[in-house]
Formats: sequence, structure tokens, C-alpha cells
Amino acid sequence: MPSKLKRVAVDPLSENNPITIQVLGICSALAVTVKMDTAVVMSICLTAVLALSNLTISLLRRAIPTRIRMIVEVSIIATLVILADQLLRAFAYDISRQLTVFVGLIITNCIVMGRAEAFALQNPPLPSLVDGLANGLGYSGVLLAVATMREVLGSGTWFGWRVLPEAYPGNGLMLLAPGAFLALGLIIWAQRTLSGHVEND
Amino acid sequence: MATDVEANGAAEPVLEVAPGPHVASGSLTTRRMMGDVLLALLPLVVVAVALFRQAALLQMAIAAVATVGGEALFARWRGRRATLGDGSALVTGLILGLSLPPGAPWYVGAIGGLAAAGLGKAVFGGLGQNIFNPAMVGRAFVMIAFPAALGAEAYLAPAAAAATTGATPLTALQMTGEVAPLGPLWLGLTAGSVGETGALAALAGGLYLCIRRTAAWQIPTGMLLAAAVIAGLVSLAGGSFTPAHHLGAGALMFGAFFIATDPVSSPLTPKGRFVFGAGTGALVMLMRTLSGYPEGVMFAILIMNAFTPLINRATIPTPVGGPVPRRA
Repeated sequence: MPSKLKRVAVDPLSENNPITIQVLGICSALAVTVKMDTAVVMSICLTAVLALSNLTISLLRRAIPTRIRMIVEVSIIATLVILADQLLRAFAYDISRQLTVFVGLIITNCIVMGRAEAFALQNPPLPSLVDGLANGLGYSGVLLAVATMREVLGSGTWFGWRVLPEAYPGNGLMLLAPGAFLALGLIIWAQRTLSGHVEND
Repeated sequence: MATDVEANGAAEPVLEVAPGPHVASGSLTTRRMMGDVLLALLPLVVVAVALFRQAALLQMAIAAVATVGGEALFARWRGRRATLGDGSALVTGLILGLSLPPGAPWYVGAIGGLAAAGLGKAVFGGLGQNIFNPAMVGRAFVMIAFPAALGAEAYLAPAAAAATTGATPLTALQMTGEVAPLGPLWLGLTAGSVGETGALAALAGGLYLCIRRTAAWQIPTGMLLAAAVIAGLVSLAGGSFTPAHHLGAGALMFGAFFIATDPVSSPLTPKGRFVFGAGTGALVMLMRTLSGYPEGVMFAILIMNAFTPLINRATIPTPVGGPVPRRA
């Protein structure tokens, strides 16, 4: 694998993580992380949409007129999101009910639009696909970490299995949105301490 | 200018111009203020221990140890010298302990103390930087995290009281419309959080704080006045609690003198302090009468804390010497 492509694949996982470094896509990270199963499904949906939208937009990048590029991008993303939503409803109705509007809201997820604008429009299909996958995985990693903290501390379970003793009283705060903020903040703190990332403005 | 003087070789008289204050006062140190608060809390602590015995001691000890320990730990993590000597962490912990129900499990006070020191103070940059009252941040944290552990069952009937029910007077009012007699209400012979029941003891300690000017008198005055006025209107409208009931019940007296008066998270100007107090009192009454919660002192104080910067800006006093031009 050429080193440039490798960078495209590795960067978003930690060094340029869409959630913890760029702080994008926070809304869904807060909303769907009460339980592991919703977080996993959301991660899969977003990664799939992101990879395919990057690929499609990259393939069309010479054909898209610059002045209406946003509209074209959104219609491509929206098509993919509707596909994902319909698939979920057909094959995982329960989870789809629990995710409510948040699958549909992938259309407005800043990560998808951001990668299309910042990467897919300027790069050939293969790197764009890799970039989409890597950013999706970076998002998924953080989502799963937040969901793990919230489900274990909030209900004492993980994927619905009881991991803490029955006597654990549960923590209502972790089940509410502020708990996700706390978990996300701690993860950002830990990651920036480990990677030595410093915000400079 | 300086080079001119040097060039001429003539030494001009040195005029030191430094911004005020020029006289340092040893009387308003953090340490002295916190010592005052501890002294003023003494009547409440005595009442609490008399009422709830070891349960009260346990809540206070756990919360105080957790808060002071948390303060030391977080200061260390941030590479700062832990300022435990000024007693501010001890006061925060003690107030947190006094605000918890006597029957709460041990981890409530422990986690509340850590949250108070960490989320309430350290994340903002330590003492003097926090925008919310740390003790109330800790209490709100555990109240939302463990609603069951801080629910009605955690409120024990005090050892010396005739009442057998564990319901606080405000809960009883909300649930059954039962009106607690005034005497026990003010003396503290009712169920309630460890240190909130003794309204008279809180008043005594609070007056001491105001006289010592450790607490700004405008805050409790505004808070109690607003609560009394609204309670009067409510009782005129057919409520069964009189203003005297409302002032003596729940954490109003304790909160007005000990919690709302936190100098860090309350306004700086006299007028602002009055507005802050009045707003807190009004919110307390609003929550008591119209919300699902029986009591609202904690949330009222936290909400008004958020308004403190705004109140400060709106009540900038005119300096001696006339009005200053208004800045946009």
C-alpha cells in the first residue's frame, strides 16, 4: 500500500479523528449511545453511507458543476441514507425503531458532507473510498467507546448482558444526554493526552 | 522620556503608580471566610446530629472526605498545589453532606463529593473560577444519577420526632396536602435532608455570617423576601402553607444563608446580589408550587448561578465622581 493511501486510511482513526479532534457528528454520538446495539447499528450505517457517498462523489467529481455541487452531494447522500433506512426497517425493525430519526439525520451529519467536500471532490475513487471507510471507523470507534461507558455505568450491562453485579443501582445520569457529554469529554481528554494533540488557534 | 532623562544624567523623582487596592486587608482571606462558615454551620451540625445521630455524622464525613480527597487528587493531576489549607473544599463537602438525605447510601456522598470537586470546581480551573456552586453541582449530579437513592425512602424520620412518617413536610404537602405544625418545622423536628430541617439554627448561623460580612446580606434578604411574598400570594389563593411554613420548610433557610451566598458564584454588586437572591427565592417558590419536585432550592440556585454574569453586567455601579459613559 503506498504511503499516501496508508495515511488516508490511518489518520482518521486517531490523529485526525472526526469526533474527538474535529468534533463533528456530536449530535448522533450523544443520541444513539445509550445502548451498545443501537451504537453498533448506527456505526455500520454511517460507515457504509460515508464510504459509498465518498466513492460516488469521487467518481462524479469531474461531472459535478461546481456551483451546484452541494445540491448534488446532498442528493447522493440522501439517496444512500434512505437506502440504509429502508434496509434497517426491512431487516432490523426493532433497532430501527430505537434509532428513530437518527438514521435519517445522517444526511445532515457534518462528517459525511465534510468528507465529500474536503476529500472526495479532489481525489480519485480508491483513496476516497478508503477515506470514507477510515472516517467511518474513526467515528465508530468513538461511538462504541461512549456507548460502552454509558451502558456499563448506566445500566450495568453491555450488549444487554449483565456485566456488573445485580446489586449495582444503575446511574441515571449516564443514560441522559449529559452523561454522553461527560463520557465524550473524558474520551477526548484521554485521547489528546495520549496523542499529544494540542489545539492551536 | 526615559532615554532623555538618562541622557541628561538628571535623576527625576521616582513616582510609583500602581493600580489599587493599596492596603492589603488580612481580614477577608479565604481561610478566614471559610473558618467563619464552619463556625456558622455549627448550630446546624448540632441539630443534625441530635436529630439523625450517626446517619448525619456519616453523611457529613463521607461527603467531606470525598470532596477534600477529590480536590487534592484533581489538583495533583493538573499539576497544581492543592489548596486544602483554606478550607474551601471542607466547606463544600460539609454543605454537600448537610444537603443529602440521612438515609442515602454511602456512594451517594462519595460520588457527589468527587463530582463537586471535579465537575463543580476543577474543570473550571479551581477555586474562584467555577460558575456554579460546587456543592450543588455535586448534589445535582447524584440526584440525577441515583434518583431512587435520593427519593422519599432515603428521608428518615428524626430520632427525636413524634412523627413516624419519613416524608418531608414539603413532600407531605404535595402528596397529601398535610400541613406540618410550625414549631417542629422551625426547630427542625421533621424529616428532611441532614442539615436542612433546622430553620432556626440556619437563621442563627446565617445572621452571624451576615454580621461578619462573610455572606452578603442582600442575598438571603432578597431570597427570603421573594419567597415570603410569593408564599403569601399562594396562601391567599388557597394554598395551605402560610409564608411562615414556607420559610421554615425544606432547605430554604439553609440555602439562603449558606449556599446562595457562595461569593464565587453569586453577583458582585449589592444591587445584583439582591436581584440574585430575589430570583432564587422566586424560583424556589415556583418549583415548590408548580413543579413535580417538592423542593427546588438546589435547582433554583444553580439556575441563578448561570445568570450571575448577566446580573453583574446589568448592575454595574456608578463610581464616585459621576456617571461613566455607557459602553456598548
